[in-house]
Amino acid sequence: MTEPNRVRHASVAWAERHAQFFFVGPAVLAMFGLIGFPLLYSVYMSLHKWSIVSTRPPVFTGLQNFVQALSSVQFGEAVARTLYYTALAVMLPTLLGLVSALVFARRFLMRGVLRTIFVLPMMSTPVAMALIWQMMFHPTLGVLNYLLSLVGLPPSVWIFSRRSVIPSLVLVETWHATPFMMLIILGGLASLPVEPFEAATVDGATAPQKFWYLTLPLVWPYIMVAVLLRTIDALKAFDSIYVLTQGGPGNASETINIFLYLQAFAYYQIGYASAVVLLFFSLVTGVAVLLIGFRRGTSWR
Amino acid sequence: MAVMCPPAQYPGLHVAHLKEALARVGFWALVLALMAWTAFIFFWMVSLSLKTDVENTAYPPVFIPGHLNLSNYVEVFQKNPFLQYMLNSMIVGVGSTGLALVLGAPAAYGIARWRRYGMAMAVLVARLMPGISFLIPWFILFRILGLSDSYLTLILTHMVVGLPAVVWILIGFFEDIHPELLEAALVDGCGPYGTFLRIALPLTLPGLAVSAILAFIFSWNNFVFSVILAGPHTRPLPVAVFNMMSFEHVVWGPLAAAGLTVTLPVLVLTLLVQRYIAVGLGAGGIKG
Repeated sequence: MTEPNRVRHASVAWAERHAQFFFVGPAVLAMFGLIGFPLLYSVYMSLHKWSIVSTRPPVFTGLQNFVQALSSVQFGEAVARTLYYTALAVMLPTLLGLVSALVFARRFLMRGVLRTIFVLPMMSTPVAMALIWQMMFHPTLGVLNYLLSLVGLPPSVWIFSRRSVIPSLVLVETWHATPFMMLIILGGLASLPVEPFEAATVDGATAPQKFWYLTLPLVWPYIMVAVLLRTIDALKAFDSIYVLTQGGPGNASETINIFLYLQAFAYYQIGYASAVVLLFFSLVTGVAVLLIGFRRGTSWR
Repeated sequence: MAVMCPPAQYPGLHVAHLKEALARVGFWALVLALMAWTAFIFFWMVSLSLKTDVENTAYPPVFIPGHLNLSNYVEVFQKNPFLQYMLNSMIVGVGSTGLALVLGAPAAYGIARWRRYGMAMAVLVARLMPGISFLIPWFILFRILGLSDSYLTLILTHMVVGLPAVVWILIGFFEDIHPELLEAALVDGCGPYGTFLRIALPLTLPGLAVSAILAFIFSWNNFVFSVILAGPHTRPLPVAVFNMMSFEHVVWGPLAAAGLTVTLPVLVLTLLVQRYIAVGLGAGGIKG
């Protein structure tokens, strides 16, 4: 009703009219500066032959770095390994996360305390935990082989053989990632409507039937969100792998991330590594788009 | 027949009881298995850190140390500038968290108030991309700028991980503020900025606390950025622990003590924010 008694300067009025840009703008600019610009710089570097240890300036080589990556056996193997690792590191935490969400969705003694403990692995420092895993994986003195011997199983060489290294690393990742899957799926379970379940009980549905025909379809969108984020994180996995094996033994656990790291910071092939970054980025984006599309498809059903 | 009837019912009842009892035992066995799988690694970490070297290399392994022995912890702090590493982690953690809040809180407010959810998706890009893909250009650019081994470099790069979490968590908190409250402030002449600073921000203090804790944890845990961008003067804890590991990987006790010292503050903080972790890790960005 009354005019604001303060006389507003024209520039103040302008700033207030466009307030939303001033609220969101700084964060967007900061993110562009820190992410967008470096990525564009990566595009530039990927078109050059460039080693940071030599004093020679970068030489423009066009798409040669990409050709080199796509035709390299080492890179191809790294992609295959990454996909193998990702498939396992998505499936296991999803299954375990679903089971534990179903457990924690029920009321039982000390549920709150136990759930709190259960969530701790997801935030624990990966490097610190990798140290402990390293000691537990020790073939002769490690506690894991001792525990296996207690239940009558033969010892494993865990991260020290080419065959078992990736499953062992997935074990570490599963330990870290399961609580995250549990939390998202638990959120889904908590939001389920009660009526369909009551109706099903009246109709005499058994517990497994209710799970297959009601619970699972209803929490499916949540599971898909969890799977999407898990897939991205599994593709990004670096800390545990680098600390535990640094890509070894040989190159048996050299995923794209480790391959990239070695190309850039051990061999200083900056141009080549930048090309691999862009290929890797398109792989991650492709997988994400695929999963988001898949999720849209399922949630409209 | 009349005598036969009741016994014929009882077995059925017994079976139902038995089934229920079995289901309960099975459920608790599952709970126990899940908890054992989660807690054993922490238990083993504590155990290793409290045992002598002789106990740590014994086979079969010693589970509970014979007596309380804190020499591993003493050794970690005496043989390494561990307090300096801790200080480095604190500086970078607090700095990047503060910056993430200063940039993220207004952004979240703007997104929530003017429904610019596309912007929340844009922040998702940062969540999507492997950290190592920024690391290579950063390594070059920060060297050109003469910012190698500086706190500023670590603060800026760690902020990239914290900012999305801050934005996603705070969007929810700002959406929960009653719009009439904000309209009233505008009518009273607060202006959009005054409304944000004097009305919206104080109402979201819990949200600010939660998102600050999460951003701090992400910075504290970060390894991949620090291992390349930090130098001897700014080296934070995870990198320091990793370096210890490469040099003395046979001696388990001090390493476990160091590991526990690094991760214990994070575990304590996690207790405070567990309800919001899923949102901060991106579940809020994709829903809907």
